[in-house]
Amino acid sequence: MSRLETRGLVIDVPGRADGRALDLCLAPEQVWGVLGPNGAGKTTLLHTLAGLRDPRAGQVELDGQPLANLRRRRVARQLGMIFQERQDGFPATVLETALIGRHPYLSAWQMEGGDDVRLAEEALERLDVAHLKHRLVNTLSGGERQRVAIATVLTQSPQLWLADEPTNHLDLHHQTAVMALLAEQSAAGKVVLMCLHDLNLAARWCDHLLLFYPDGEACWGPASDMLVPSALERLYDQRLATAEIDGAPVFVPAR
Amino acid sequence: MRRLTLPLALLLAASLAALALSAGVGSANLALGELWAVLGGGGDALSRTLILELRLPRSLSAFATGGLLAVAGALMQVLLRNPLADPYVLGLSGGAAVGALAAMLAGLGGMVISGSAFAGALLSTLLVFGLAHGTGSWTPSRLLLTGVVVAAGWGAVVTLMLALSPAERLPGMLYWLMGDLAYARTPMPSLLVLVLVCLLGFPLGRSLNVLARGPMQAAALGVAVRPLEWTIYITASLLTAMAVTTAGSIGFVGLVVPHMLRLVLGNDQRLILPACALAGGTLLVLADTLARTVIAPEQLPVGVITALIGVPTFLYLLYRSR
Repeated sequence: MSRLETRGLVIDVPGRADGRALDLCLAPEQVWGVLGPNGAGKTTLLHTLAGLRDPRAGQVELDGQPLANLRRRRVARQLGMIFQERQDGFPATVLETALIGRHPYLSAWQMEGGDDVRLAEEALERLDVAHLKHRLVNTLSGGERQRVAIATVLTQSPQLWLADEPTNHLDLHHQTAVMALLAEQSAAGKVVLMCLHDLNLAARWCDHLLLFYPDGEACWGPASDMLVPSALERLYDQRLATAEIDGAPVFVPAR
Repeated sequence: MRRLTLPLALLLAASLAALALSAGVGSANLALGELWAVLGGGGDALSRTLILELRLPRSLSAFATGGLLAVAGALMQVLLRNPLADPYVLGLSGGAAVGALAAMLAGLGGMVISGSAFAGALLSTLLVFGLAHGTGSWTPSRLLLTGVVVAAGWGAVVTLMLALSPAERLPGMLYWLMGDLAYARTPMPSLLVLVLVCLLGFPLGRSLNVLARGPMQAAALGVAVRPLEWTIYITASLLTAMAVTTAGSIGFVGLVVPHMLRLVLGNDQRLILPACALAGGTLLVLADTLARTVIAPEQLPVGVITALIGVPTFLYLLYRSR
């Protein structure tokens, strides 16, 4: 079990004032959603939490140790990241792509073995892309590529999942399947934090929310405290109509 | 493991066959039996001199040069995540050419030309990477563009030097610019470096595979990206400088060989790097054999042959590819 904490963290969005420093504590079995309009710095926050980008101030701690002091290989065994943008400069098959999730666990001279292939195949099966395993990734549709990317992180099997718009390009049923997968991870004692565009996915699947305003202001806490229509309307500068379905609030833009 | 060993074994067999062919063919053709006798320490004195002192050093130099260029190209392509990257596109050979031509223009010869070419290649490396680094961001497209522009600049300097040089020096300079193995006599250092790079490339191979998917993804999967990028760039520069120093400017090997192999073998660097060494070497040995026999006793610059073979092969493979 791992936890991720931030101490006085200010992410570095060029040309923006510091705003509110973040003191987050992401603990096992929590599912965090990050909400905010385009350009609020959601992706930058995720990259900073993963240690891929330096913060302007403060620090990120993984199990009590500053992330910046840890070796990348050690971090990669704890923390996995689903990126919003991917580069497929060279052709690679779906199975090869999922297999790179095993990279942090293999020594330099070690080849991927049968066990590694089995883990990757199980992950592909779980994301419903196993039938594509010999296809080249660059010939797949956007949604299929997204599921391959998630399968890669599932192969990596981290304690902490950082997901940047994990439901991008996905059909409704695959959106639900991916959210269910993330919920299952958290139920198994892992930490999940994801950026989302869709308020209703956040309302349904996240138990904690971080609202990120374009000026750097932020507030966070349990989802029930954060899903206040007035706060959400201020976040997106958009009037909302609210209803309740299956015990969870549903938000629809009002005209 | 078989996935790696089978293609490499086939390529190794092809390399040995190419080397045997190039040692046997020439002004006096030798049968395979004579070749074998000489390598075993026998044979008559004439064949011994011909093979051990003339043909074999030249063939091995060709092999090493081709291997170095292909491996350097493959590394550059991973670094820039662009299959079009190659030491020549990035201006390394341009720098080397200017260095070598300056030495020739000054009337210096032999080792000075080599050293000057080496210095030119390294200067070009520093120039391209320093300029592309600029204010801190180091994107592949910026690096590639900087390299292309620097290469164009070197091209202009080369043309200027050719225009200013006395007529009697021109043939030597032109030959050098098109790549020439006629004076390559010491293959051992290059061969050693080639073997060393292939051995060191294996443990780095999986990290390179991950890096090929972008620096962010690589870092998220546990690769120390910046040190790895510097290692690749410096290694590729040294390999190129070494190749250029041995044989002048030979284009196309660094671009065509890795690309052809990736089309056939996929993109696992643990396989691609040694395969590039073998296939690049084989290609240049065959090209050099052609270059010195086609219009014998005259010789063609080997760079012309690599381009004449490389261009149509490359276009055909591209046309046929998935």
